[in-house]
Amino acid sequence: MDFIRNFPLFTIVLSLFSGVLCYLLKGKTARRYTILYECVLVVLTGCVLYYTITTGEPFTYTMGEFPAPWGNEIRAGVLEAMLALVFLIVMLCSILSGFRFVDADLDESKVNLYYTLVNLMTAALMSIVWTNDLFTGYVFLEILTLTSCGILIVREIGRTTLAAVRYMILNLLGSGLFLLGVVLLYDLTGHLLMVPMQHTVAELAADPAVMPILSISTGILTIGLAIKSGLFPFHYWMPDTYGWATPTSASLLSSLVSKAYIFLLIKTYYRAIGIDVVMRMPLRNILLVLGMIGIVAGSVQAIHADNINKMIAYSSAAQVGYIYMGIGLGGTAGYTAAIFHIITHAVTKSVLFMTTPRLAEVSGDSLKFKTLQGSALRNRDAGFYFLLGALSMIGIPIFAGFSSKIQFGLAAVEAHSGVRLILVMTVLALSSMLNAIYFIRTLIRIYSDPEQKLRREDIRRHHRLGYNLPMGLLCGINVYLGLFSPAVLELIHRGLEMFG
Amino acid sequence: MIHTLVINNEEAAAVILFGIGFTMLLFQRNLIKKLIGMNIMDTGVFLFLASMGYIEGRKAPIITDGVMSTEAYINPVPAGLVLTGIVVSVSVTALMLSLTVRLYRRYHTLELDEIYELSKHQMEDR
Repeated sequence: MDFIRNFPLFTIVLSLFSGVLCYLLKGKTARRYTILYECVLVVLTGCVLYYTITTGEPFTYTMGEFPAPWGNEIRAGVLEAMLALVFLIVMLCSILSGFRFVDADLDESKVNLYYTLVNLMTAALMSIVWTNDLFTGYVFLEILTLTSCGILIVREIGRTTLAAVRYMILNLLGSGLFLLGVVLLYDLTGHLLMVPMQHTVAELAADPAVMPILSISTGILTIGLAIKSGLFPFHYWMPDTYGWATPTSASLLSSLVSKAYIFLLIKTYYRAIGIDVVMRMPLRNILLVLGMIGIVAGSVQAIHADNINKMIAYSSAAQVGYIYMGIGLGGTAGYTAAIFHIITHAVTKSVLFMTTPRLAEVSGDSLKFKTLQGSALRNRDAGFYFLLGALSMIGIPIFAGFSSKIQFGLAAVEAHSGVRLILVMTVLALSSMLNAIYFIRTLIRIYSDPEQKLRREDIRRHHRLGYNLPMGLLCGINVYLGLFSPAVLELIHRGLEMFG
Repeated sequence: MIHTLVINNEEAAAVILFGIGFTMLLFQRNLIKKLIGMNIMDTGVFLFLASMGYIEGRKAPIITDGVMSTEAYINPVPAGLVLTGIVVSVSVTALMLSLTVRLYRRYHTLELDEIYELSKHQMEDR
């Protein structure tokens, strides 16, 4: 059993190796290899999750046997294992249901490069999830940025290049700030490993003269990660980026990459700075306010969008707002809600991004609402999955979106502050209503065919296992999260306790 | 205040450089100038690390004359961080330059505003 302690490192090193291997393989072989390899990773992280649940305590893996405070460490607890598992499942499903579009959008000789990037991205995601060292976090953050830019520009039209440049510029600003924040914290504490840093910060925070400097350093780091994950007002790159990318890329970027940045932030708060110290900083109120503005602004902009992918992209901006609202509320309840929403959104958004290209495909390859009229009747499978995803986004009971909204409500109640409670409840109600407006409007449009243009031969039936299996799995997880949320919340609780 | 800045002149210079680079990256409309801004920003951080890691009168941590006291040597980690940072910065710059070349080939300009205008009229809009 103790052999499982090596698995987190395997997921990182094998992914890096697979990246190089896919560079040498031919396109189709690279794709088959990547799919098989992601399945192996799912099994490996599943083992780690099982191991941490049964032993009931986290474990650290010291690289090269140099003990703290010198060496570099990997750490695995319930929370890390669970998020790694969700990330890998979403990644596997996105690749499985989107490779047809990758083949169509890319030159045949470049398909293997796409999978090279996907594997490197897996390595970066896994390292960010497992690492116990802030500077390692920074390095893999940059690798994540480079690979996500890579899977964006593989589709060689002018708009994607432009979108990638905007995306990169904002990400570089974010990385710069994150690096400065890490360096300042290193300057103050003399440690890069999270646990020794937390001990030193706890000593420093007792001195009122040092507290402002700590706040500023943490603030710089937070702003950096907030820019990278697309918190309001830094969300304007989302529609272009998600709207023009090849579907798998859009799904990976919105459901995994921005979530990894947020997870790194939560991890830094809990493990490197200490949650008690963070709760004393004024920072969290700013995050709360920006999160709430982001929710409303994203939803309003989604209503104005004329293109279904842009609508979903703006809705992503709103969902990132939700997560930051949870972080801003603070307390175990707030962070639990935030992490639960990370999982919910990863599972739901990937379904939505993987259905829209199929709806567009039967509507003359256009993502505009006008032409999408009746598209769900032409491709019933995609329409059905879009329906499930949309209902979850609105927050209809039995779907995951409902459970996560309840968690935000509970977190607001537990914040013991009248103003916060009223504000959060208002925003939740308002955003549910706005979500309902734009998603139900879209559903009516794709399910209605007033001019009876639909002819029998137009109905395409894609009874293809390759699409229904991953989508069914994601929707199944979604319903599971909606119906059996206490089990998952219990795990998140235990994970957060192990974090401290 | 001034006194503190004079004592910590290297750190102050580093933060000012970071600020200059950051604003250039954010507000310049020319892609090459943006990239130069990014490099200045990163250099600011490297200067900060390098000045932090050096203590006057101490030597590099290589034992040659049998002195084992930690007081005699500097911490080598910041230098390692600078090296890693430079590698990251170079790779990011290379990627951004290649993107810039691709944009220039298509739109024949480096001004972002003009590129936005041109891209709006494209027929790829779907």
